[in-house]
Amino acid sequence: MMEGLAVAAGKVAFSLFVLLNFVMLLTWAERKQSALMQDRIGANRASIFGFTWLGLFHPLADALKMVSKEDFVPAGANRGLHAVAPFVALFFALISFAAIPFGDQLWIGRHPVNLQVIDLNIGLLYVFAAMSMGVYGFVLAGWASNNNFSLLGGLRAASQMISYEITIGAAVIGLVMVFGTINLQTIVHRQGELLLGFLPAWGVFYQPLGFLLFVTAAMAETKRAPFDLPEGESEIIGYFLEYSGIKFGMFLMTDFVETVVVAGLVATLFFGGWQFPYLYRDGFHLPGGGILVLSQQVVCVIQVLTFLSKLAFFCWLSLLVRWTFPRFRYDQLIRLGWQMMLPLSILNVVVTGGVLLLLHR
Amino acid sequence: MEEIVKVPKQAEKGSGLTFWQRTYVPEIVRGLKLTAAHFFGNLAVHIFHLLGLWTEHRGAATVQYPEEMRGYSSRLRSLHRLTKRADGSPRCVACMMCETICPASCIYIVAAEHPDPNIEKYPESFDIDLGKCVFCGFCVEVCPEDAIRMDTHILDFAAYSREEMIWDIHRLLNNEPRRAEGIGQIRKMK
Repeated sequence: MMEGLAVAAGKVAFSLFVLLNFVMLLTWAERKQSALMQDRIGANRASIFGFTWLGLFHPLADALKMVSKEDFVPAGANRGLHAVAPFVALFFALISFAAIPFGDQLWIGRHPVNLQVIDLNIGLLYVFAAMSMGVYGFVLAGWASNNNFSLLGGLRAASQMISYEITIGAAVIGLVMVFGTINLQTIVHRQGELLLGFLPAWGVFYQPLGFLLFVTAAMAETKRAPFDLPEGESEIIGYFLEYSGIKFGMFLMTDFVETVVVAGLVATLFFGGWQFPYLYRDGFHLPGGGILVLSQQVVCVIQVLTFLSKLAFFCWLSLLVRWTFPRFRYDQLIRLGWQMMLPLSILNVVVTGGVLLLLHR
Repeated sequence: MEEIVKVPKQAEKGSGLTFWQRTYVPEIVRGLKLTAAHFFGNLAVHIFHLLGLWTEHRGAATVQYPEEMRGYSSRLRSLHRLTKRADGSPRCVACMMCETICPASCIYIVAAEHPDPNIEKYPESFDIDLGKCVFCGFCVEVCPEDAIRMDTHILDFAAYSREEMIWDIHRLLNNEPRRAEGIGQIRKMK
């Protein structure tokens, strides 16, 4: 009993440590990566005792600034809901990471430890449900601020997220049909096999169209450019207009948390999660035959590191997209969601079903 | 015979886009390739710089201002200075030409009698209120003695109060020109 609790606490701590550190590093990476993409240098002035370390202290300075700023609540706002909204948004973004597996079973002595915070049979549905609940935070923020611009921002957030949630759900149905399960750990296990003898059986090779649709819709779900119409900080004014200080910071953090969650989800569903190609429980199975034997613990460490690198890569890709493309107009956004991506994802389901029927006849 | 040019009656809309361009995907990949090329190119340059290599090639367009400065054109009008005679006294003869022509009325001269009868006058005080100055350069052009110049290339003379923005004759006389000439060149400051 106590052991089980300790293991669970350790997994939660590791998961949150990874998630929150990724979020903090993303605020740094966003500045530095955009700077490199635009031939600039990026934030590099925050220093502790003269050390700047490539601007790595800027997230710290940001946090200090956010915490020490005035927490402003507009007159006529619903004080309770105004305070609750950022917590709702951040909470659901944070817990959605829990179902994503970050490694295979680790054997400590004779006890297997599943490297996943919650091993749910309905893991995929859980992640989607938690991410959809997040929209309540944004709508609440828009409504409780007693400001029409905030309310419009909240409504934009709601309609955008509902539109794209449907595409997200429809885009992974094909994948679920291929793997026959919505348990995320099992999905990752199934991706450890080989296609045609050499290709890792990653979801992206089964479902290239589903991958494109899922990534696009998931980026819309994170509410970052080119889909940042709910926020649009400087021009169209989003739902967090009336927020300041750390509450505003929590909304910003929510975006980054969602970016990491989406990156983890893309890695898990379409790029084999923690699977390293040709690495099995007993070591590397080289394609030409022959086994490089590794101990189980070493294999586990390699798998966790593989998952983290995939996570970092997809965060990088998300930032690359965010700093490359201009924002959609709102009618373009809705038309893209309903008239292009939804029919395509349904087509994807139909074609996948037909191919599966032919193969298994 | 005149050529008749046909003017289309309706604006052409949405033409020129091929099917693949309308599907977004190839164009998105092209855009990502462009920005990713910039990213990795600049990243490589910055890594080389960290290793102390290839430092003559700048990794970014940014000029790190207080540590670095851009070169200015030699005809740029910058902070004023008063020129000196061989003995160190001001060349200014307090003729009041600059004070008269100044459109911002930011020059205040108090004249006094010079012991040398060939010079007649000298400025007892010569104040320029830089908070008012519009940097038109009329005072330089109008000066018969070449006593005032705007060639120091000093632009960072901001101050915390209006009083500090008024430069008196001592500060103006001892303005060492920075002479940061050469457009497009970037110089490291100490």
